[in-house]
Amino acid sequence: MAIDWFPLWLSLRVAALSTLAAIVVGLWIAYWLAYREFRGKEVVDALVSLPLVLPPTVLGYYLLVVLGRGSPLGQFYETVTGSPLVFTWQAAVVAALFHSLPLLIKSTRAALESLDPSYGRAARSLGIGEWRIFTRVTIPLAHRSILAAAAIAFARALGDFGVTIMIAGNIPGRTQTIAVAIYDAVESGNGALARTLVVAISGVALLILWISNRLSPRHKIG
Amino acid sequence: MILARLKKRFAPGPDSAGFLLDIELQSAAAVTVLFGPSGSGKTLTLDCIAGFVRAEEGRVMIGDDLLFDGPTGVHLSPQARRCGYVFQNYALFPHMTLRRNLEFACEFRPKLDRHRKVSEMLEMFRLTEVAGRRPHELSGGQKQRCSIARALLADPRVLLLDEPARGLDPTLRAELYDVLRSVRATFQTPILLVTHDLQECFELGDRMVILHDGRIVQQGAPGEIFDKPAGFGVAHLLGIYTLHEAEVTHLDPTRNVSHLQFGGFEIHGPYLPGKLKGDRVWICVRPEELRAAPLNGRPKPNQVPVKLERATLKPGAMRLHFDRNLLADVTRIEYEQNKHNKDWVVEFPSTTLRVL
Repeated sequence: MAIDWFPLWLSLRVAALSTLAAIVVGLWIAYWLAYREFRGKEVVDALVSLPLVLPPTVLGYYLLVVLGRGSPLGQFYETVTGSPLVFTWQAAVVAALFHSLPLLIKSTRAALESLDPSYGRAARSLGIGEWRIFTRVTIPLAHRSILAAAAIAFARALGDFGVTIMIAGNIPGRTQTIAVAIYDAVESGNGALARTLVVAISGVALLILWISNRLSPRHKIG
Repeated sequence: MILARLKKRFAPGPDSAGFLLDIELQSAAAVTVLFGPSGSGKTLTLDCIAGFVRAEEGRVMIGDDLLFDGPTGVHLSPQARRCGYVFQNYALFPHMTLRRNLEFACEFRPKLDRHRKVSEMLEMFRLTEVAGRRPHELSGGQKQRCSIARALLADPRVLLLDEPARGLDPTLRAELYDVLRSVRATFQTPILLVTHDLQECFELGDRMVILHDGRIVQQGAPGEIFDKPAGFGVAHLLGIYTLHEAEVTHLDPTRNVSHLQFGGFEIHGPYLPGKLKGDRVWICVRPEELRAAPLNGRPKPNQVPVKLERATLKPGAMRLHFDRNLLADVTRIEYEQNKHNKDWVVEFPSTTLRVL
C-alpha cells in the first residue's frame, strides 16, 4: 500500500511557518512581560496562558468566530487575499500559532528574566538605546534559550489536533495535517497508515526534543 | 559637584523588614566614598543616581545638570543620565571581546575617532594584549579595568563604583587603587565609590559619607572622621575604636581639664564643652593611642592597672588584649621582653583623649 506522506509535509510546513510567526510575536510579548511594568499586565499574562488551559476545540471555536467568513476580520482577509481564511492550510498555520505561542512566550519570558539584569543596566548607563540593547545584548545572550523554546513550540505546533480541525477542517490533500490524518486513518480502519504516521511523528518529536535539550543553556548565563 | 537628595521607602514584606532611604549627599570632591555596612542603602543610592530606581522625593544633580527632581517630575532615563556605572560583577558583555565591549560603549563616536579612543583606553588600562579575548578568559583585575575603561568611554558625568574591591586579594586591591588614582588624575569625572572597607576610604576618599540604616550619620574628610567620629554610633560602625562607658566627675574649662570615672579609676582628659557633671559618656580610643607597660609600683595618673589575657600579631605591632575590654598596641620587642608579665598598666592620653 502506498503511504500518502502529504499530511507529514503539510504539518512540517505549517509548524515551520507558525513557529516563525510565534518567534516574532512571542519574543515581543515576552519582552514586554519580562521587562516592562504596565497596566493590565496580569490580564495580558492570563490571556497569553489561556490557550494552555482551554480545551483546543474551545480555542478553535473562538478563532472560528473571530476569523470566520462572517466576521469583520475574516471578511477583511477575504477582500485582501481574494479567498476565505477558514478551512485552508493557512488556517492551519493560525491554529498552530495559537496552540504553540503560549509555550514560546512562557519559556522565552523565563529565559529573559533569568538574564543577569546588570547587563541591561550597564548598557543603559552607557547610553545605549533599548532597541539596540534588545538586539545586541538581550537576544545574543538568550539566543540558545529562545531557540530551545522555538523548538518546543515547533513540536507543539506539529501536534495540534483540536484547533486545526475546528478552523482548518479535515480536507485530505489540502488541510489534513498529520494529527488529523492519524485520527482519520484509525477511524477508517487503516491500521497500517496510522502506525506508519505515528512512528514518523514520534521520530520527529524525539529529534526536536533532542535539539531543544542541546540548545538549552547548561549554565545559566551570568 | 554631586547632589543627591533622596527619599525612597520600601514597605515591609512577609520576609523582609521595611526600609527607608532618606539622605542628602553633597560633595564637590574628586572622589567621594560612601561607607556603610551591608544593607545601609549604599547601592540603592547609586541606583537612584544612575536612574535604575526612581526615588519618591528629592533631587539629583551632577554639576549643573538636573537628572531627577521629585516636585517637577523630572526623571531622566538611565541613558540620558550618563552615569558611568561599574558593577560589582563588572557586567562585561560575555558574548563580546574586550575590544567590542569598549567599542559598544562609544558607538556614538565616528568610526575613526572611536577606534582611536578605544585603542588609547586599552593602552592606558594595560589591556591591549588581551583586547581580543572574551571576558571569561580574563583575570578579575583585567575585567575590572575593562569595566572602568568602558564606563569612561561613554563620557560619563560621574563614575559610580559599587564595591570595586570586594573579593579582590590584597595585591589586586593595591592595583585597583593605583588605577583609580590614575583615573582621578587623568579624567575630570567625579567618582562616587561605595564600600564597606574602611581602608578604601583612607586610600581613595577625598570625602567620606557614612551611611547607616538609610541615613547619613556623618560626612567629611576621612581624616577628620577618623579623629572625631560624630558619636557612639559612628565610632561603633567604623570598628576601629574600643569604647568604654565613663562618667564625668569634674569639669574645669579654665584649665581645659575634665575628670572621668571609668571602672573605678579616674582618667583626666581635655575639657568637654556641652557636657555636664554626672553625664554618662563614651571614651573612644584606638589601640595604638594607648600605651601599655608592665606594672611597676603604683599606677601613675591616667594609668589603669589591667591583666593581660592574650596577644595577637598585627602588621608592625603586637596587639595586647587586657581585661576591662582594653586593647593596646606595643612593639614586638616590648612584648617579647614582658610576655610573662600578667600585670600591666594602660595609659590613656590626657590632652588628646576622645570623649563622645
